[in-house]
Amino acid sequence: MHPGDMSACEIAGAVARGDISAFECTQAALSRIDRLNGSINAFLHIDAEGAIASARSIDSRRARGESLGPLAGVPIAIKDVLCTRNVPTTCASKMLKDFRPPYDAFVVERLRTSDAVIVGKTNMDEFAMGGSNENSAFGPVRNPWDLSRAPGGSSGGSAACVAAGMSPIALGSDTGGSIRQPAGLCGITGLKPTYGRVSRRGLIAFASSLDQVGPMARSAADCALVLETIAGHDPSDSTSLKADVPPYSRLLEESLAGVRIGRVAAHFTEGLNPEVARAVDEAFAVFRAAGATIHDIEMPHARWGVPTYYLVAPCEASSNLARYDGVHFGHRTDTAQILASHAADRTQKNNIDSDQADSTLVEMYRKSRAEGFGSEVKRRIMLGTYALSAGYYDAYYLKALKVRRLIRQDYLNAFEKVDLIGGPVSATAAFPLGEKTGDPLSMYLVDLYTVTANLAGVGGISFPCGLSASGLPLGFQLQSPALAEPLLLRAADRFQRITDWHQRRPHLEGTLQQP
Amino acid sequence: MMAAASQPTTSATTDVLSYTIVIGLEVHVQLLTRTKLFCGCSTAFGAAPNTQTCPVCLGLPGSLPVMNHEAFILAVRAAKALSCRIAEFTKWDRKHYFYPDLPKGYQISQFDLPFSSDGKLLVCDSKGRFAPRTVGIVRVHLEEDAGKSIHDESTGCADSRIDLNRTGVPLMEIVTQPDLRSPQEARAWLNELKLLLVYLKVSDCNMQEGSLRVDANINLHIPLPDGRIAKTPIVEIKNVNSFRSVERALLYEASRQWDEFNHTHAEIGSSPKQTRGWDDPAGVTRAQRHKEESSDYRYFPEPDLVPVTVSETELSLMTSAQGETPALLRSRLESQWSISAYDADVLVNQGIAFVGYFERLATILSDGKSASNWMQQDVMRMLNENTVAIESFPVRAEGLAALIAQVSSGAFDTSRARDIFSEMVKTGRSAAEVAASMGIADVGDDELMSLCRELVACNPKIVADVKGGKEQAAAGLLGQAKKKNPNVNPGKVRQLCLELIRAM
Repeated sequence: MHPGDMSACEIAGAVARGDISAFECTQAALSRIDRLNGSINAFLHIDAEGAIASARSIDSRRARGESLGPLAGVPIAIKDVLCTRNVPTTCASKMLKDFRPPYDAFVVERLRTSDAVIVGKTNMDEFAMGGSNENSAFGPVRNPWDLSRAPGGSSGGSAACVAAGMSPIALGSDTGGSIRQPAGLCGITGLKPTYGRVSRRGLIAFASSLDQVGPMARSAADCALVLETIAGHDPSDSTSLKADVPPYSRLLEESLAGVRIGRVAAHFTEGLNPEVARAVDEAFAVFRAAGATIHDIEMPHARWGVPTYYLVAPCEASSNLARYDGVHFGHRTDTAQILASHAADRTQKNNIDSDQADSTLVEMYRKSRAEGFGSEVKRRIMLGTYALSAGYYDAYYLKALKVRRLIRQDYLNAFEKVDLIGGPVSATAAFPLGEKTGDPLSMYLVDLYTVTANLAGVGGISFPCGLSASGLPLGFQLQSPALAEPLLLRAADRFQRITDWHQRRPHLEGTLQQP
Repeated sequence: MMAAASQPTTSATTDVLSYTIVIGLEVHVQLLTRTKLFCGCSTAFGAAPNTQTCPVCLGLPGSLPVMNHEAFILAVRAAKALSCRIAEFTKWDRKHYFYPDLPKGYQISQFDLPFSSDGKLLVCDSKGRFAPRTVGIVRVHLEEDAGKSIHDESTGCADSRIDLNRTGVPLMEIVTQPDLRSPQEARAWLNELKLLLVYLKVSDCNMQEGSLRVDANINLHIPLPDGRIAKTPIVEIKNVNSFRSVERALLYEASRQWDEFNHTHAEIGSSPKQTRGWDDPAGVTRAQRHKEESSDYRYFPEPDLVPVTVSETELSLMTSAQGETPALLRSRLESQWSISAYDADVLVNQGIAFVGYFERLATILSDGKSASNWMQQDVMRMLNENTVAIESFPVRAEGLAALIAQVSSGAFDTSRARDIFSEMVKTGRSAAEVAASMGIADVGDDELMSLCRELVACNPKIVADVKGGKEQAAAGLLGQAKKKNPNVNPGKVRQLCLELIRAM
């Protein structure tokens, strides 16, 4: 079998047995990346040299008889929001175009010690803000299923990378659906773990109370393998949970008999594409056939999820992104030009009113941020700054926190009746590039089914459950109580043992453009 | 023009007889932790710029803060000693502003739920210059320090440099009620606060190194002829580098506000709160430039840190190791060693090590009064003369006690003892060794008797005077005795000579 078509579990096993070398797997991934990335733009940085060096080290350690980590030789792509030591980490922003962190993110450290091979950094919406990957400062990612369509976002690069077989697994981050939604639109499996399950150290913050790192792969079994590696307490992240990490990949066998899955009627009203509705209902039927029971439940506050999310997330973002001011790191405007124009002003006007004119410092801040950030990032900084301002805080931020608590309570109530909640991940299949870019509100609605899991801090997984008439993948989402990842992964894995939607591949070779 | 509430004066411009000075303080104290508040960097003072930094205090993307528990314990210890209520639940907030020495664009501080509030600290003046004053404490909270901007304007191109060693150093902010009524009280209260924090080992309160910083808020309450009280606009004084400067700045500011009120009659609320900087060499406060926008710090809960909850058990554990407060120590010394309140105050104000020395000395001597006198006169003089701290004082309490015992037994008089003590400090040798090397020896009874016989024989005039009832004339004999043998004890000489004369 071509290593590019093997799952992470298969590669790790084969490399450990010596059936295939880590070098071969890495070469296969790199050559596919080389062939496809020009069309898909999934990667912002390809670390061929680093990948080959770690593959060779894995192979030589195996040759010496040393034991290898659980992801030995598995190529993995990392969303460019995660810090990689001395390797560019840009958040797809001009602001961090030249940033090379002096450290690895916690999850990257874990991947290295488990002998995964990091092939590169994937494209994304700038600072993870967006649902289509069109907000990247370095160009949009194209959906491998249809290059004229968006892959979803913000982890669009990671999703497209896995869908196109450029690497079997990738890491994404999910603040409001940024793993699950692009996974759904690209026909792969993406897991957003419980908030705090995976350390955020080295994850460049968008909205700290919502951000979570998670795996993206072609199957739930591969997601389980990666989660096993990256989950766990990190004393350097105060919000990381102290719970033990179960051996997820070995907890997939039990049947779904008696598992109660909730179905929210409100998900199937206006706005949901009928093709998606049909595929989702067929998926429910699969679960029923597998022994699960389906129950109607209500999530009365879920309809306030998007507005709540678009207050909480921008508020935190406006704060987290304050550090990009051109002083200590990141993009700085041409200060020589500012100083020159100030000198000219002084000679012209002789006496400028220092309270009216910006100081050179303030002008440096303004210009650095104006030049460094894209328009969606600026929009959210403005939203958040406004909502946190004196006089508006109670009406917006505080109110949003209250609704957030109600949404969390909805989940707690629901999980007294059911073990999992199922439904669509997106209202439609992948949409054409440019369709929503002129209308930020319609773009915000792509998170409709995903944001509530982040607001409540619970786990969620999305995986393919059908194809549209035009051949685009359709996704199903399952959500679980906090720390119920074993059940979440077991249910998705069971679905994938029964169906083969996750094995469908885009027909890439015919549609490739020449780079 | 200065007038305090207790010193009514008349004014040429108004009928006002007196005004009240109202002062509140905001004190920032650096906690004595080895590492910063949210990362593992050293807090040591004086390192080369930007050598004590890491991704967390530099605010690098992806870095996360983790609370230093030791800092929290120290802060709780201080707050308890200030009689504050400790919150069961406290959280961190982000305070936003842009400044080059604030790399994250926000400071991690505490906004609406500080870890402690509603405390008080009493200050007394042992010289009785003001009545005891209890100053209410609004709140004590924790926050991280910002970095240091170094502006070098000598080059003419306004070159600024940033040192981020201080960024993230743990600060405790103490905000008082406006309860102080004179600059003198303010200074005394700050001294008492500093003493407390140093005793509790919460901070070294070294103002030169910036581990204690004071902002003072002041205005005047002026009774008007119609019975109304006019309140002058509150001024916040910054940039005061010593407690003496605080007092001077407040004195100046009270006088300036009085003058200004007589010119403008401006009252509180007529303009935004003004910030004035203290120019120490010039001895004046100067208005600082208004910020372009009124500051909206957009506080919101810090999502990278978890709230801190403190149970009763944890609280008692945290404060179990707490030392004696200066106030408690003063009253204990007073009763245990039968010394005056004034003496106890002087001793306690010298610091905990000094008190420790005193108590060892008093214990050996079983005499608090004598120990207190020696500490206040001789030990303090030696410390000052040799600019040495009590911790490294070369004479141990045991050694000094031996010397004092010999004085009490009459071996040497006090002035000889001082010479010996001074030599002990210089050489580190014992009283006996020093006495021997200086040729100071106990003069034997026979030797002393023959000396006194000789003196009486050679001084018929003095003998006659004494016999005539003028006992004080015997003093003339003492000088001669000292000349003949510097080691004689003048008291004994006097006693023996008087006995000899009476027997004649």
